[in-house]
Amino acid sequence: MRAIAAIARKDLLVELRTKESVPAMALFAVTTFVIFHFGLDRDRLEGELAAGVLWVTLLFAAILGINRLFVAEREQGGFDGILMAPIERTSLLIAKAGALIVYLVALELIALPVFALFFIDQGFWDAVPRLAAVILLADLGLAVVGAMLASIAVHTRARDLLLPILLLPLTVPVVIAAAAATKPLLSVPLETSGVAKWVAVLALYDLVFGLLAYAVFDFLMED
Amino acid sequence: MIWCSAFWPTRYSTSSWRIDLESTLFGRGLKPLAVATTVLLATTLALVFFYAPNDADQGFIQKIFYIHVPLAIVALFGFVAAGVMGAMHLRTRDDSWDARSYVAIHMGVIFGVAVLATGAIWAKGSWGKWWVWDEPTLVSFLIVFLLYVTYYPLRYSIEDPQRRARYASVFAITAGAFVPINFIAVRLAENLVHPRVLNQTAGDMPGEMRLTFLVALAGIALLYVTLMKLELTSKNARRQLRRLRMLLEDERTGGAAPPPVATVPAKPV
Amino acid sequence: MAVEPTVTASAGPEHAAAPSVDAIALDRLVRNYGERAALRQVSFRVTRGTTLAVFGPNGAGKTTLLRMLATLLVPHQGELSVFGHPLPREAYLVRPLVGLLAHEPLLYHDLSARENLDFYARLYGVEAAHARIAYLLEVTGMTARADEPVRNLSRGMAQRIAICRAVLHAPDLLLLDEPRAHLDPEAAAMAEPLIGAHTGITRVLVTHEIEHGLAEADQVLGLRDGTVLIDSPAGQIDARQVRALYGARS
Repeated sequence: MRAIAAIARKDLLVELRTKESVPAMALFAVTTFVIFHFGLDRDRLEGELAAGVLWVTLLFAAILGINRLFVAEREQGGFDGILMAPIERTSLLIAKAGALIVYLVALELIALPVFALFFIDQGFWDAVPRLAAVILLADLGLAVVGAMLASIAVHTRARDLLLPILLLPLTVPVVIAAAAATKPLLSVPLETSGVAKWVAVLALYDLVFGLLAYAVFDFLMED
Repeated sequence: MIWCSAFWPTRYSTSSWRIDLESTLFGRGLKPLAVATTVLLATTLALVFFYAPNDADQGFIQKIFYIHVPLAIVALFGFVAAGVMGAMHLRTRDDSWDARSYVAIHMGVIFGVAVLATGAIWAKGSWGKWWVWDEPTLVSFLIVFLLYVTYYPLRYSIEDPQRRARYASVFAITAGAFVPINFIAVRLAENLVHPRVLNQTAGDMPGEMRLTFLVALAGIALLYVTLMKLELTSKNARRQLRRLRMLLEDERTGGAAPPPVATVPAKPV
Repeated sequence: MAVEPTVTASAGPEHAAAPSVDAIALDRLVRNYGERAALRQVSFRVTRGTTLAVFGPNGAGKTTLLRMLATLLVPHQGELSVFGHPLPREAYLVRPLVGLLAHEPLLYHDLSARENLDFYARLYGVEAAHARIAYLLEVTGMTARADEPVRNLSRGMAQRIAICRAVLHAPDLLLLDEPRAHLDPEAAAMAEPLIGAHTGITRVLVTHEIEHGLAEADQVLGLRDGTVLIDSPAGQIDARQVRALYGARS
């Protein structure tokens, strides 16, 4: 527990100082919204189109952050330092996933209002509480799978290229479930039926891959 | 191989000799297996063309279902089995499990190409388009296929051989767990508007269709196992050859190290 | 003049091993890289409190050996134990006892020296970390520049911080890979009380400086292509024999 806090604290400290990941992710998301406006030639979105644009953008923005997750460890030798320390190695996974969730939430705090500003006419604030729950569950799944895959990709030669192609198929269920849950929330008028089913799918995904990542992480770290 | 051990110094680890046993294990039973596979597949073809009735709705094109569905089922089982083999590799640290896992995925991907191709032919014949999103099993299979294709760049981009095998095993386990979850998610997502032949047919297949289907399933499953064994044997043989070449080269260049200079052991405490 | 505060690593288990237990014991250790061997059947012992100097040309397996002792690499065959704890089974008991000074300083470039040391202190559960860090910075003469990002420091200064990091948790075994690289004589002198021969800590010293290594060593290990060619007390070996290790390869 102490180790998780120490590593997460270190990561957030570095991020606060260098501002490497979150601003880039946020900028990417906003720019992507603009591109969607032109690409779809739409002034406002609702229902499944709104959900689709939102989740595709969030997913690709997340990839930017996930790519950089272990880079400092790899390039500055931090892996050795952490692996030699008398701590549980899964602390590294949990700390990195936790830091990633913080980055994603920071991203969403910027991207969501901008999205509403660009595309949603009304009813957004009513949707926010349920939307927040869906987003948090999706973030958890992305964070766990992202942290695990990042720790794999960082040891390979073409790490920037490999991570997206590994991550995207694995996160398809998250996108399916999150978009399907978001669709009624962004519909006019707002609906809430059908959301619970998809929340359950997200929770199942988080549980299965959370346990799996925890179980295999030691094998990924050993040498 | 007994004369070899007389020439080569015993300092080389004994684990290299264990592989000899492995190669015979891989190759054992290959011939009867191949014969059985050929027989079953030939029987399947005969049954498909001469025994199974034409489908009332879709006509002759429906017969591709006897190839398409068994291919998909065997491929998916192969992927999940590869995950189990990956777990065995992590547990036992035995490289032969990694070889099995790799070949299982390799065969699964090849069968997967066949699944997508036959699926496209079926779609074209049944609904007039080369690809439809209405068949959730096919869509879910596409996603799984895209995931497993990344297995190759993953393996090739890791240099350290032990790490490569370990990471490949983790991938196999993760992807194996992914298959059912993905299937559930896609199934829930697709509208159940269009008739799905798989569900219908699986539900109330007349006797002739069911028999043909089961024979086809058995034939394709045996084909998978036979091809796996074939590839494992050939990989193993190549690896043996490489190892022997390396040993010969070491010998020719005068051995790996000159005789010791001074080995005075430290005084015991 | 800095006073050394007492420090106990709170995560350290009781390793009240009897004095007769070797600090390091290797028995026919094998480490492979694919189908080649990085270490072949390496066996030796190191007594507590002594210094082992390891010599050998590049690719001999010295760094591999050091990393195995640091619990970063696992043995493929044979046995390895540190202070009586077999590796990798009891690696978690060995980790609090070992400090590694590697080629890389293992410091995060965007954090300051003090923040880096604070991070490691938390990982190792070092008590009274603040005072301990202040003391170490004082001894290595880095107090003035302790709050700048490490990327602003010269290589020599980073090395000094790395030394602080290696001894932060008061390890019982020091693994030193070319410790005096990048250090000017003054800095090397400052580091002596922390990592030098008179600390009484068991040390494994990898160096290409043959005379210096022999002078400090109680025992000498010579590696070439993963095989032990020299294993003797330092007094019975001279520099010429060590230099033969680096001779022309066939």
